[in-house]
Amino acid sequence: MSDKVKVTIDGITVEVEPGTSILNAARQIGGDIVPPAMCYYSKLEGSGGKCRTCLVKVSKGSEKDPRPMPKLVASCRIGVMDGMEVQNITSPEVIEARKGVVEILLINHPLDCPICDQAGECHLQDLSYAHGVGNSRYEFERRTFDKIDIGDKIQLHMTRCILCYRCVYVANQITDNRLHGILGRGDASEISTYIEKAIDNDFSGNIIDVCPVGALTDKTFRFKNRVWFTKPVDAHRDCPTCKGNVTLWYKGDEVLRVTGRKDQFGEVEDFICNTCRFETKNTSSWIIEGPRHIAQTSVISANHYEFVPLPVIKENQVLIEANKVEFERATKI
Amino acid sequence: MARKLLLENINVPGIHTFDVYRQNGGYRSVEKALKTMTPDAVVEEVKTSGLRGRGGAGFPTGMKWSFLAKPEGRERYLVCNADESEPGTFKDRYLMTHIPHLLIEGMIVASFALGAKTSYIYVRGEMMPQIRILERAIAEAKSAGFLGKNILGSGYDLELYVQPGGGAYICGEETALIESLEGKRGNPRIKPPFPAISGVWACPTVVNNVETIAAVVPIINDGGEEYAKIGNGRSTGTKLISASGNLKKPGVYEIELGVPVEEFIYSDEYCGGIANGKRLKAVVAGGSSVPILPANLILNTVNGQPRLMSYESLSDGGFQSGTMLGSGGFIAFDEDQCIVRNTWNFSRFYHHESCGQCSPCREGTGWMEKVLHRLEYGHGKMSDIDLLVDVSKKIEGNTICPLGDAAAWPVASAIRHFRDEFEWHVANPKEAMERNYGLAKYADPLPKLEEVASQN
Amino acid sequence: MLSVTEHKEIEFSSELIKKFDGIVTRYPQGKQKSALLPMLHLVQAEYGWVSPELMDKVAAYLQIKPIEVYEVATFYTMFFLRPQGKYVLEVCRTGPCCLVGAEKIMTYIEKTLGVKEGEVTEDGKFSWRGVECLAACGMAPVLQIGPEYTFYEHLTVESVDKLIETLKNKI
Repeated sequence: MSDKVKVTIDGITVEVEPGTSILNAARQIGGDIVPPAMCYYSKLEGSGGKCRTCLVKVSKGSEKDPRPMPKLVASCRIGVMDGMEVQNITSPEVIEARKGVVEILLINHPLDCPICDQAGECHLQDLSYAHGVGNSRYEFERRTFDKIDIGDKIQLHMTRCILCYRCVYVANQITDNRLHGILGRGDASEISTYIEKAIDNDFSGNIIDVCPVGALTDKTFRFKNRVWFTKPVDAHRDCPTCKGNVTLWYKGDEVLRVTGRKDQFGEVEDFICNTCRFETKNTSSWIIEGPRHIAQTSVISANHYEFVPLPVIKENQVLIEANKVEFERATKI
Repeated sequence: MARKLLLENINVPGIHTFDVYRQNGGYRSVEKALKTMTPDAVVEEVKTSGLRGRGGAGFPTGMKWSFLAKPEGRERYLVCNADESEPGTFKDRYLMTHIPHLLIEGMIVASFALGAKTSYIYVRGEMMPQIRILERAIAEAKSAGFLGKNILGSGYDLELYVQPGGGAYICGEETALIESLEGKRGNPRIKPPFPAISGVWACPTVVNNVETIAAVVPIINDGGEEYAKIGNGRSTGTKLISASGNLKKPGVYEIELGVPVEEFIYSDEYCGGIANGKRLKAVVAGGSSVPILPANLILNTVNGQPRLMSYESLSDGGFQSGTMLGSGGFIAFDEDQCIVRNTWNFSRFYHHESCGQCSPCREGTGWMEKVLHRLEYGHGKMSDIDLLVDVSKKIEGNTICPLGDAAAWPVASAIRHFRDEFEWHVANPKEAMERNYGLAKYADPLPKLEEVASQN
Repeated sequence: MLSVTEHKEIEFSSELIKKFDGIVTRYPQGKQKSALLPMLHLVQAEYGWVSPELMDKVAAYLQIKPIEVYEVATFYTMFFLRPQGKYVLEVCRTGPCCLVGAEKIMTYIEKTLGVKEGEVTEDGKFSWRGVECLAACGMAPVLQIGPEYTFYEHLTVESVDKLIETLKNKI
């Protein structure tokens, strides 16, 4: 046996490397027991812990110290211990807390999905759909900001922002000069450059890909089309700046936009450069690999005919019970 | 007269100067510790004393010190938390203004115990006068050989610096304070790792409140056992209580833990009763974030026992009928005060001070403030009261740092104990704008236990 | 977001630089960013507020990115991001002070100075604002005036009058 540690999440046991977070252990299991994450991004060091959507209950600390943790914990930032037992969707307390977080994230969100370019691939939309309630009890004016162009390719619409800090981490870790940051405090915090500046360097476009909502959008794609009408195709090219592995989003023969390749958790596989993203929109520049696989739960997969994988949790009685609705939906197709 | 350990010499003229302080027995603990004790012995002494953190959480100080990691070749730091900002608390300001050398003496002993070669006192920026007082006192201590290289010939070196904050309540949270000390925004860190492993500049760090550090001085002078004799049960020693609100004699009092609350409010040795001949309506006993209690519950526990000023007695009854000693910010409300208005005021405070890093606190505190504002200004609905309780539950326990809890508790407890007053505000919006609800039944003798049980 | 049209060149005085140099020595090598808060306090004391140009200068001195300074300056409430009156009366408006009349004091200051919270009087001498708990609840109501942060306790309408009168006559 290696020095891997055993952790049990919602009754499913998995062995992972020591130091793995609960969230990443859950991602190794996959399926419905993966906590949602709005701020954590595995490729950005130090991210996570802020949005509180990934809260889980640690019902057993470890084999050595079996005491449960007193509060719900952010699964993205707590490392697993050998023998740890975690409850996510099997804990009513977690479900309730998550519902609260979703409601709270939405109270100052404009809900302008019908005119938002992010709609269809918005993590907040998915989150609300999966974990939220139908209506809000918030009856006050919502916080608004003016739209700002930060450079000629990216638009910042702060009103939609949920302050996940991902774009700040991108600027710190991927680009060579961070010009924007979090200004102000509390619910008056905003992403800003303070003094009008264009965020413009080879990798700045990645802040669009990491943004979980429509706060940072690609101006070259602005209002061109709804994402679910476009067809994602994996392609690559020999790029001197980045690896050149991208997804092209087609409408007919036209490439409407270029993004990084996003995995099932919405994270890009590789960060791409601005030249690939904004300036290489003709098919002839790319070597096409084939259609991009889109999760069957995503609205983008409508009109895509793909094999539906069997849900991971099919065997587990506890989970089947806890997750009946989801299970039935998944098996019906 | 109760025993005084910290404020014994507070009225000696010139006690803020090194010479007078020294003549009155100051810096004895430094001599004792550095010349006759090992660092571990100092830690043991503090453990024996049972001293608990005086900043609010009440965590045993000796234990906190013993958690400090001591990897080879890495600096360790002691940081004194003088970012006193909890509404109702002003003891640290008092102590630093009048007897700054007590803090410096404590810092030297504590730094020695922890093996810190550089220590910082993080003082909130608004206390510029205190910063200057401390800087002057540090210079005096240094020229007398109590700071700097080879202190008292012991071979121990220590540099002590004062760091100003910039105006943020959240920097009283230890990891936010560390971030601030590093020149960053005061966003609390996600724990683990705890500061004892990775604190300032990723080095092992202990953060202690001013009063905690000051209490180390009498502990070393008289021994931990002596210190533990004072007080009540696990609440050992003396505690500075900041008394404010509608009291005849507000101010800072050093009490032996275990003094009855009633004595503290009404005796002439302490607060001397309620100002202007009014009656007591409610008390926030440990700084704004602890649950507010009506007069009858603060004076007695539900068991009919007189409530004492100690960690245990104040929290008797849990959240249902108890509160907490917290930082010792004792705020008294007379019968003319409006609980709804005060709850709104506190809620605004937490909304204003939320760092905005994690969503429940950032958005939830603002939501609560808006609802409370509406209630206070006569536009409230009955459903708002339950909404507040629910929102407070959504924040409590779900945030990165305890500010979420601190924002939730005052709201939840005010509604728990003063629900009639909230309902009256909704039912009589016009009247509520003109007058306050008054004392009502909040000072009535508590019902017998059996009756309480049958109500629940 | 600010759009700055004119960019003034500012040079810190040699005394100020000397003070900065002293502060930086308090921290380990390479951790000079810790000097940011004390430096901003000094800058504000000298210039009355922290303008973007001043912040850029501070960033250059500390060899950090300007945004790191903006982030910090906008987080802490003590730093003024707009020019203020010469004397900024900061009145505590939190619970314990309100129990003993802080709201009345604020209304009175507003009336006496004739400007709203955050505004500057015409002669440029005064502005005022409510601030959160100043940790002086036993001496409530209280106010403070920077850059020395002198403290005024147990405020009454009369003592506020006297204070404003004194400051008016001060050159």
